Amino acid sequence: MAKIPIPKEKWSGKIETVVVGNTPEEGGSRSSQLMLGGDVGMPFLSYEGVGHRQRLAGEILDSVEGIPEISIAPFNELSYDVVEWAKRWKDLGADMICLKLRSLDPEIEDASVEKAVETVNNILNAVDLPLIVYGGGNREKDAHAMEAISNACAGERILLAQAEEDAYKSISAAATANGHGLIAYSNLDVNLAKQMNILLADFGTKLDNVLMDPLMAALGMGLEYSYSVNERIRLAALMSDRMLQTPMCCDLTSAWEAREATEEEESWGDPSERGSWWEATTGLAALVSGANLLIVRHPRSMEILQDAIVELRGE
Amino acid sequence: MATAIEIFKLLPKKNCGKCNFPTCLAFAMQLANQKVKLSDCPFVSDEAKAKLEASSAPPIHLVTIGSGDKKVEIGDETELYRHEKKFFHPTCYAITISDSMSDGEVESKLKRAEELSFERIGQVLTIDLMAVRNDSDNDTRFAEVVSRVAEIGLPLVLMSERPEAMKRAVEEASLEKPLLYAATEGNIEAMSSVAKELACPLALRADDLETLAKLAVHARETGVEDLILDLAPHRAKDLVEKNTIVRKNAIKRTFDGLGYPIILNVCDDERAVLKAMLATMKYGSIVLFDDLNPAHALPLFVLRQNIYTDPQVPIQVRAGLYPVNDPGPDDPILFTTNFSLTYFTVMGDVDKAKVPAWLLVVDTEGLSVLTAYSAGKLTEESVVEALEETSAKEKSTSGILIIPGLISRMSGKLQELSGMRVIVGPRESSGIPKLLRSEEF
Repeated sequence: MAKIPIPKEKWSGKIETVVVGNTPEEGGSRSSQLMLGGDVGMPFLSYEGVGHRQRLAGEILDSVEGIPEISIAPFNELSYDVVEWAKRWKDLGADMICLKLRSLDPEIEDASVEKAVETVNNILNAVDLPLIVYGGGNREKDAHAMEAISNACAGERILLAQAEEDAYKSISAAATANGHGLIAYSNLDVNLAKQMNILLADFGTKLDNVLMDPLMAALGMGLEYSYSVNERIRLAALMSDRMLQTPMCCDLTSAWEAREATEEEESWGDPSERGSWWEATTGLAALVSGANLLIVRHPRSMEILQDAIVELRGE
Repeated sequence: MATAIEIFKLLPKKNCGKCNFPTCLAFAMQLANQKVKLSDCPFVSDEAKAKLEASSAPPIHLVTIGSGDKKVEIGDETELYRHEKKFFHPTCYAITISDSMSDGEVESKLKRAEELSFERIGQVLTIDLMAVRNDSDNDTRFAEVVSRVAEIGLPLVLMSERPEAMKRAVEEASLEKPLLYAATEGNIEAMSSVAKELACPLALRADDLETLAKLAVHARETGVEDLILDLAPHRAKDLVEKNTIVRKNAIKRTFDGLGYPIILNVCDDERAVLKAMLATMKYGSIVLFDDLNPAHALPLFVLRQNIYTDPQVPIQVRAGLYPVNDPGPDDPILFTTNFSLTYFTVMGDVDKAKVPAWLLVVDTEGLSVLTAYSAGKLTEESVVEALEETSAKEKSTSGILIIPGLISRMSGKLQELSGMRVIVGPRESSGIPKLLRSEEF
């Protein structure tokens, strides 16, 4: 009987491994270190070789103002207390915590940098998972906050977010100073993603400290663009484009902004289940196109994606 | 397709000129460009003919199921990644009816299946096929249920291990080209004979690709060309890997015996939705569902719409004046372009503001704000034209027009031409809620 050939590609490039979280042994207080990236082939093809396990970070918001209630409803019983929220994510099996300090935004709460540092410390004390910290979106204030947070978390190896083309120096310096990693954001374009990594490398940031976020557009909101940008980034990296060989992080939470995800419409089925699948489908597209780390908002989507990773890796 | 040199090697090299070209090489070049037919050469050998025909055949066979305007076409794909050109024939979804259900159950399931229909950016998203499964082991009942399901007009998949049941159902319901599902090692001879006799496409199912290739050889030898493969993956990992192996071997021509579309059966699978999503992204052509909850169907159908979009052609939404949050005559008008991404983002942000407003979508041939402006597809004149065409100034007498911050330089001339008070909005759409909630309105 004819043997079917396995069309294995011989890639010359490899994705960098980025380590997040330090245990007491490395000077931190996390229960374990996570390895991200390390891919040597296209996603989930074991015959090409797979990299480190894809990971899921549970999102926490220190202000829920303007966030669609349905997307965070399961945490309502915790009164959206960030510490309880973090503990719940740990119970739900999240690999990481992603804290978004929205309260820093002058248009939301204009909370102080000191308060932001306190929030980060409270979460670090409450759960032992590796941490991602986002600012509130105000450049100047975020620059201060990231520096303070970097100092307060010295030794923990958290991920600071996010470096952008016109605002990367202070955050990159803050990350490097205390041995943290960072997330580099670019706007849905292979060349912009590459440009961002070049800027960081020129500035002296080592690429094994960087995760790229090429903007994951949600289902129905341009998902196809992201799907192809991600694939092209990964293909170029495997064909040995050094400046694209950083692991990829995709934030799925914008899926909840899509009207069709949660609009009340009887013939569209239960809005919470639909919204969760909207986020999970965005996540599946991200995984299949090369994502190494996903930021997830809803416990139901988390559950779907945890199962998907086990199944896709054949564990 | 072979190159001119590869073709030239197979030609008689007589340079006789009977093909109307002076040399065989000149003829080969025309052949490579598909300008002439091989039959124009009177001396070509049968062996060369067979070789050249094989290399010019599409890597994945095109299969048609059903007939008339609802027929579905699958296969004939040429790419591994959608950005290389595009994916041509979208994944088709089928809902399965069991012939051991009561008539009442059949009716209610058919009704539910027909209700799975959503309209989105000018397309109606629905299921494409119905399947009937022969659980009763009773040929009469099978034919009866098939006849009933055929009435709704969608192409059918007949699911049975028994060729005689298939034959009777096809004849009694006078079906054209239903998919026969499936031939396995145990019934391949009888199944391919029936498929040949009824001129139906045939699905082949086997756990391993070698067996599948053997079944395909058998079917072709019987004269059945329209084949579909069920790779019977156990887990999501197998699905992605096997689908990729089959697709890549066909496209790269590293194995030519399995160049057929792929079918996935997720009936009785607790991970039906997950697998259907993966099959939609990774080379699946048909998914057979037991049932489909609308809360899962909508994201699945939208995923298919997204993935099968032509990367060269931006998706456009209909130009026009859209009311958001129930606006009246006192509420302002904002405008944006008809590029779907821009539209969805802006619409979402206006909606989020929870402030009533009118959103004017200007036809920019699917370009985003800055691109359209630079390309001259979004001008002061085209905005005024859109205001007039939609009678926007009658619906909103507020006299306020909010323009995208990226094209603030339009404001002066636009104010003059439109006679409205032009307010320059934020550069990023995410700033819209703040602007709309500000005291100015």
